[in-house]
Amino acid sequence: MKAALKLFRVSLPASWLAPRTALPVAVLIILGLVPIYTAVTGDAFMLTLFGRIVILSIAALSLNLIMGYGGMASFGHAAYLGIGGYAVGILWKEGIASGFVQWPVAIAVSALFALAVGALSLRTRGVYFIMITLAFAQMVYYVAQGLDRYGGDDGLTIGSRSRFAGIVDIGNATQLYYFCFALLLASLFLISRLVNSRFGLVIQGTRSNERRMRAIGFSTFRYKLVCFVIAGALCGLSGALLANHTNFISPSMMFWTRSGDLMVMVILGGLGTLFGPVLGAVTYLLLEEALSRVTEYPGLFLGPTLLLVAIFLHGGIQSLFGAPRRD
Amino acid sequence: MTEPLLQVAGLSKRFGGVVAADAIALDIPAGECHAIIGPNGAGKTTLIGLLAGEPAPERGSIRFDGRDITALPVHSRSQLGLARSFQITSLFTDFTALDNVALAVQAHAGHSFRFWRDARGEAALRLPAREALDRVGLAARADTRVDRLSHGEQRQLEIAMALATQPRLLLLDEPMAGLGSDESARIVAMLRQLKGSLTMVLVEHDMETVFALADRITVLVYGRVIASGEPAAVRADAAVREAYLGEQDARQDLHHG
Repeated sequence: MKAALKLFRVSLPASWLAPRTALPVAVLIILGLVPIYTAVTGDAFMLTLFGRIVILSIAALSLNLIMGYGGMASFGHAAYLGIGGYAVGILWKEGIASGFVQWPVAIAVSALFALAVGALSLRTRGVYFIMITLAFAQMVYYVAQGLDRYGGDDGLTIGSRSRFAGIVDIGNATQLYYFCFALLLASLFLISRLVNSRFGLVIQGTRSNERRMRAIGFSTFRYKLVCFVIAGALCGLSGALLANHTNFISPSMMFWTRSGDLMVMVILGGLGTLFGPVLGAVTYLLLEEALSRVTEYPGLFLGPTLLLVAIFLHGGIQSLFGAPRRD
Repeated sequence: MTEPLLQVAGLSKRFGGVVAADAIALDIPAGECHAIIGPNGAGKTTLIGLLAGEPAPERGSIRFDGRDITALPVHSRSQLGLARSFQITSLFTDFTALDNVALAVQAHAGHSFRFWRDARGEAALRLPAREALDRVGLAARADTRVDRLSHGEQRQLEIAMALATQPRLLLLDEPMAGLGSDESARIVAMLRQLKGSLTMVLVEHDMETVFALADRITVLVYGRVIASGEPAAVRADAAVREAYLGEQDARQDLHHG
């Protein structure tokens, strides 16, 4: 009973009305209302668009864990989206449609891949770290291109979504959306706990001053590696969601520009803030969508917009609504 | 006779062509406050670094509490009870003072693969951290972010962090660097209090401080030990006068102290 009370106490922010909390709450409420909007207006496209936003928000959250809180700027994070997606697609193709198998495999393979990449890359830093993570992601990209049985370069259309025997039917677009939304909320809650735990403080201390962390007695490498694996696993889950969302996998899911998109979302929203990545994903994907409607070259306008944010908004969008806070 | 807490033999390190440590030998018994002095570039900070585990020496051995630690990494030495404060302030600048010290406590309170509980709410980490802040006179600034502390307060925090790891050997690299006389005096008073209960290796430029605190003094020049002994003996040592300060300055400075 006491433990349960404690659980609730910490999850309630001190002030719901402070701009810093009001914005995330408003965004989450809007995200939660999208299926209702679609039900009323019949505009199914909105549900598809926002489903994608919710799923990539989870991916951005996972990248923020290593890049924002941990100071590990991985430039190969889309690889986990691809691995998670391919785990679902390949298993479906081989006749295993159960989500209870597909999703754990997607998460586990992503975690293992993160373990391998992290073990090799986390001993380097700066540009070298970026290059190694990028190289690994491109490697997976080319492997996927070579998988002729699973569509090779053209990708693979997945005939049916993951089955969760009677618990949830994600074949239904609304149920899939709320399932993803619930996972986004769960991810936010988990990360809010994680970054304030002993582990989270070690990760942030290491970002701030790794040398000092070792001097006071921390074996920093182990903690960074575990953080890297957690982020990879969470992004793998996001990949499994994405494959279900689009009913399609292809190597382009993990092309290096996709990793760049994720980085942009995190920086745009606010590095090392709890909700920043969600704000970034929402803004970036909506902007991309809006611009693609009015111009053939959305990048021409998206680029300068991002440039302005980088120059004038150091803490990302989150910093517009109260002081940037790393917690 | 008991074995010294720290035994250094033949310790050598070069950076390119520069000899930073040349076959250094040192024995420091438990409880001693041992000062390292020498002109700029004598290798004092290098020696502190070698003792703390970064960089690794080319030759020689370091024994701590009867155990060979020459090959141990920095974090393992910290776990054994070697703590270092940095000459150039090295803190977690976007954390509060209390967070900084609490991390040092946490490093010595079991592993940190704990993912759920709010670490800032753990009395087992916060109380010892507050005590360490109190010891250096920073209790009132506990919740201030480090980048808003004055230089002097940051120096005090440096020492609080080293103390919070409950060390048996404290390596202090110019703890008073860049401080005004009032702030320096406060730190000297604090070090005097720690004396006896803690073994200390102190690198310091200010001769007054050195002669006030040190039980023994080692003089380094170009990475070599040219004299080592009790303050009075070092003060009288001709080689020290000649090599270190120059005859004139030596007479002035050493007698001043």
